[in-house]
Amino acid sequence: MRKLSAFTIVAVALGLAFLYLPIVILVIYSFNASRLVTVWGGWSLHWYRALMSDRAMIDAASASLRIAALSASAATVLGTCAAVALTRFGSFRGRLLFSGMVYAPLVMPEVITGLSLLLLFVALGVDRGFWTITVAHTTLTMCFVTVIVQSRLVSFDRSLEEAAMDLGCPPLKTFLTVTLPLIWPAVAAGWMLAFSLSLDDLVIASFTTGPGATTLPIRIYSEVRLGVKPEINAVCTIMIAVVALVTILASLATKRGARA
Amino acid sequence: MSARRIGKRPWGARAVLLIPYLWLAVLFLVPFLIVLKISLSQTVIAQPPYTPLLDWSAGWAGLEAFVAALSADNYAMLGSDALYLVSYLKSLEVAAVSTVILLVGGYPMAYGMARAPRALQPLLVMLVILPFWTSFLIRVYAWINILQRDGLLNDILLRLHIVDQPVAWLASDTAIYIGIVYSYLPFMVLPLYAVLEKMDEQLLEAAADLGCPRWKTFWQVTLPLSLPGVAAGALLCFIPITGEFVIPDLLGGSETLMIGQTLWTEFFSNKDWPVASAIAVALLGLLLGPILFYERLQQRALAHDPEKWAPVFGQDHAQTKEEGRQ
Repeated sequence: MRKLSAFTIVAVALGLAFLYLPIVILVIYSFNASRLVTVWGGWSLHWYRALMSDRAMIDAASASLRIAALSASAATVLGTCAAVALTRFGSFRGRLLFSGMVYAPLVMPEVITGLSLLLLFVALGVDRGFWTITVAHTTLTMCFVTVIVQSRLVSFDRSLEEAAMDLGCPPLKTFLTVTLPLIWPAVAAGWMLAFSLSLDDLVIASFTTGPGATTLPIRIYSEVRLGVKPEINAVCTIMIAVVALVTILASLATKRGARA
Repeated sequence: MSARRIGKRPWGARAVLLIPYLWLAVLFLVPFLIVLKISLSQTVIAQPPYTPLLDWSAGWAGLEAFVAALSADNYAMLGSDALYLVSYLKSLEVAAVSTVILLVGGYPMAYGMARAPRALQPLLVMLVILPFWTSFLIRVYAWINILQRDGLLNDILLRLHIVDQPVAWLASDTAIYIGIVYSYLPFMVLPLYAVLEKMDEQLLEAAADLGCPRWKTFWQVTLPLSLPGVAAGALLCFIPITGEFVIPDLLGGSETLMIGQTLWTEFFSNKDWPVASAIAVALLGLLLGPILFYERLQQRALAHDPEKWAPVFGQDHAQTKEEGRQ
């Protein structure tokens, strides 16, 4: 039986407080009626109402959500394929290069990835904007999907797949009816991570965007550079609420799926 | 097993491999070659703003002319202009110092999580992962609220009479370190937790039974066994921090720039694409060793303990374990 030492409690509590306090403070300030940060003017939804009439912010949010949904879906398909290839195909020619290309973007500084993708789009003569950001985000986030799905594929019981194949089930059907239901929570988690990474990205989007396409982080960044604004606190609070809600719902859904 | 050729597989299986392979080759590998090429070019006021351009229609002669026009001038400039050297060194310093702070601060937290009651651990992991899922930009911005001149921190310090005058927290190295440690803490804690959690507690009991003091047990048993987690966490922090842009730009001062900011300025303000590319190539060269080391660790961890492999990226691994047992 483990006993809780004071050290354990203090270390974890301090760490969690450090992680959550700034976010809690930001959320509280977003309801502050006063424009000044230190002056508490009472609770108010003023900044949320101001947001409703901020056309540029709403357009940016809508562009970000569409890019995130599209790139996360493409990344999930590509990343799952890559994970299957890496775990089920044994060794093949170019495997080292392939796995290198999958893991490198996870730690690659974003300024390098962003710059190189932009120069590619320029070299190809593509018009930059909505689609170039989507393609850039797909490339980055598919690697995160691969890692998550791969860890699931490696750890589950392969005899189920083998049994299906031995009984004459074709590989594609085996994948759809046996493998996919088993790795489903990881695929869903991969999609959500890809979605939130895309929604979050400032650097790669700044490089690969063109005239007319502004994402939410680009918009927030240009406002934040000019100083703290209560409206930005409100935008951030909405984003935090959405992400927290989706994460909790997904966690409940996968738990239920696992029990069934 | 001998290396099997892709050509022998059915077309469906080939597509599963070739589509992501080609995608990454075209959108990750080829762009680096382009960056390398442009880093050897010269700036011109044109669209695109660099020369030489490869003239495909001129065939072999065009290629020869193109190669002859390439030059290493941009790299010579990086080496001779102190601005660039200073920002590389600054980036390395910030990355190294932050990684040490993260390690010292994150280790006790990871240790505490690993020693917490089993039933509580999935919740704790979830709580550490959750901030990683919320926007990076928002988390950095949250600190501006706190650190600015009339912000919360100065307000509290003034009320407690710890300081008489508001302290300029923003636009300083302190603010950069706070922002980095805050943003990267989950990347350090989760790999450390993953190794500490699976450590055999009987080893610690054995050490205690044999009269080993606790600090010595930590130095001689716990710490050495957790080194893979230390390495993974340190690399996962050090590599991206070196190229960090958002945190130093929003929280740091203007007198010392990190290399990510220098690249950004060259590109967006000075419109000097060749120099920006040369900075990127040099940065990549600097990080190539750590990146290759990180990839080797990943491969080994995957072969060794796949269940614990990807907790950093949001996999609810307690649940994976549960299902593994079924």
